[in-house]
Amino acid sequence: MKTSPALALGAILLTALIFAAALAPAIAPYTPTEQSLDNDLAGSSRAHLLGTDKLGRDVLSRTVYGARISLAVGFTTVALSLVIGFWVGALAGYFGGGVDQTLMRLVDILMAFPGILLAIAFTAVLGPGLDHVVLALGLIGWTGYARLVRGEILSLREKEFVHAAAALGGSPLRVVLRHLLPNVLPALLVQATFGVAAAIIAEGSLSFLGLGAEPPTPSWGAMLNEGRQFILVAPHLTAYPGLAITLTVLALNLAGDGLRDRLEKRGK
Amino acid sequence: MRRFLLHRVLLLLPTLFGAVTLVFILIHVVPGDPVEAMLGETASSADKAALARELGLDQPLLTQYVQFLAGMAKGDLGRSLYNQGSVSGLIAARIPATLELTLAAMAVALLIAFPLGVLAATQRGAAADRFALVFSLFGLAIPNFWLGPLLMIVFSIQLGWLPVSGRGGPAHLLLPALTLGTAMAAILTRMIRSGLIETIHEDYIRTARAKGLDERRVWLKHALRNSLISVVTIVGLQFGALLAGSIVTESIFSWPGLGRLTLQAIQTRDYPLVQGCVLAIAFSYLAVNLATDIVYRLIDPRISYED
Repeated sequence: MKTSPALALGAILLTALIFAAALAPAIAPYTPTEQSLDNDLAGSSRAHLLGTDKLGRDVLSRTVYGARISLAVGFTTVALSLVIGFWVGALAGYFGGGVDQTLMRLVDILMAFPGILLAIAFTAVLGPGLDHVVLALGLIGWTGYARLVRGEILSLREKEFVHAAAALGGSPLRVVLRHLLPNVLPALLVQATFGVAAAIIAEGSLSFLGLGAEPPTPSWGAMLNEGRQFILVAPHLTAYPGLAITLTVLALNLAGDGLRDRLEKRGK
Repeated sequence: MRRFLLHRVLLLLPTLFGAVTLVFILIHVVPGDPVEAMLGETASSADKAALARELGLDQPLLTQYVQFLAGMAKGDLGRSLYNQGSVSGLIAARIPATLELTLAAMAVALLIAFPLGVLAATQRGAAADRFALVFSLFGLAIPNFWLGPLLMIVFSIQLGWLPVSGRGGPAHLLLPALTLGTAMAAILTRMIRSGLIETIHEDYIRTARAKGLDERRVWLKHALRNSLISVVTIVGLQFGALLAGSIVTESIFSWPGLGRLTLQAIQTRDYPLVQGCVLAIAFSYLAVNLATDIVYRLIDPRISYED
């Protein structure tokens, strides 16, 4: 099957980002927290390619290290959501009836809160910190996966191979894990790719609002928040972390689009 | 229609009840002492006890919950701890500003997406189509907390064309609306393009062409009209994203709406106000979803909810 340009471009960008995150200590010219107070809010120079922030920290180094935060938060959040969503969806789809009704009502309730509103409320109560951000986003973001898994399992449940597996004495757990999971995995993977992008934007929003990463963590959202105060004198503080987050989300969305097209073609 | 409405509203009740309960649990059960958070760790225990009594936090949890529900039923969301007013009054005062912003964002999104989506679909593969593709990719990838400051740097600071922040006339509204509406414009452009391309191959379009209708009318009158149904759904569903996004956008542009009130409430640890704001936003979202369902039914007579 030919790889679509979207998938290829997304994969290349994403690989570059993962490399940047993994090799941050080697790539970044300084540590992300190294201050030089006599050189604050400086523009681009040979020593600091992307300038410095209010504490004289190197913006390039902080932006490179920021990739670690964003990717770590994005992937952990989605992993947490996937586990919860898969099991809720599998239970609802497999057992149906009252179990299904109750679990899907719960999904409806969580979906009554738009976007990151509930995450904002969560972090407001728990206090700031990246661990709280991951917990809040993970506990809220599973509803989409649950609906997806439930739907797939409902349609698969009546298939012959599932009946056969159950008739041969396969326990529900075994049927779900061995026979149903492999069938929903591709669709889950597509949704999870978009999920990572959404989680990265959500972390950015929370940190931008001062509810996420705490100083001196070089989260892109937190850097943008700090840059706000100096928007008149040091617009470079706003430019680079924003560009980094946009490229990351773009890469993930392209990869997700490409994977989805591939899945749809295979389905035909 | 009346039965459909009644049915939809009744279906909404458990969700509303669940949402209220969830917010109550979030504020009251999650570890952390709101009284200590409000007064600081150094406050005397007498002060803490007094505040706890004032907030009703010394009551058993179940009593608090029942009182909270009873208050909600009367539209009473309690009193703000800092602003010395009723929570519902404070929220009501901020709703017009948020409504103005979200409606303007929606208008911006439609004004961008319709021409761009139609152009892209009618000139597939041409420059306009490629531009639409790039716009929708970037429109979705750029977070509003970057787009807002960028627009501010270019149009307010460098060019000096538009005010930096605050609420006033249309000039104040433009940048916040653009910031909030761009992602929606990106989604809608994609939808309108793909919807049009799909419908243009339908039989009734071929009939319209065979009748000798000119191409413009075929696209605008027949194909576009049919795509409107999915556009209405997306606009309705995306309204929630606009409401959530308004928290960030209002914070960037110091827009005095519900989003900024929510943030202020969080910063001052004004829990009754946080609770009220979160519920107000969730309720508006549910109300818009209901309205979307109704409009959906009105514009497409094929859809029935009677089954």
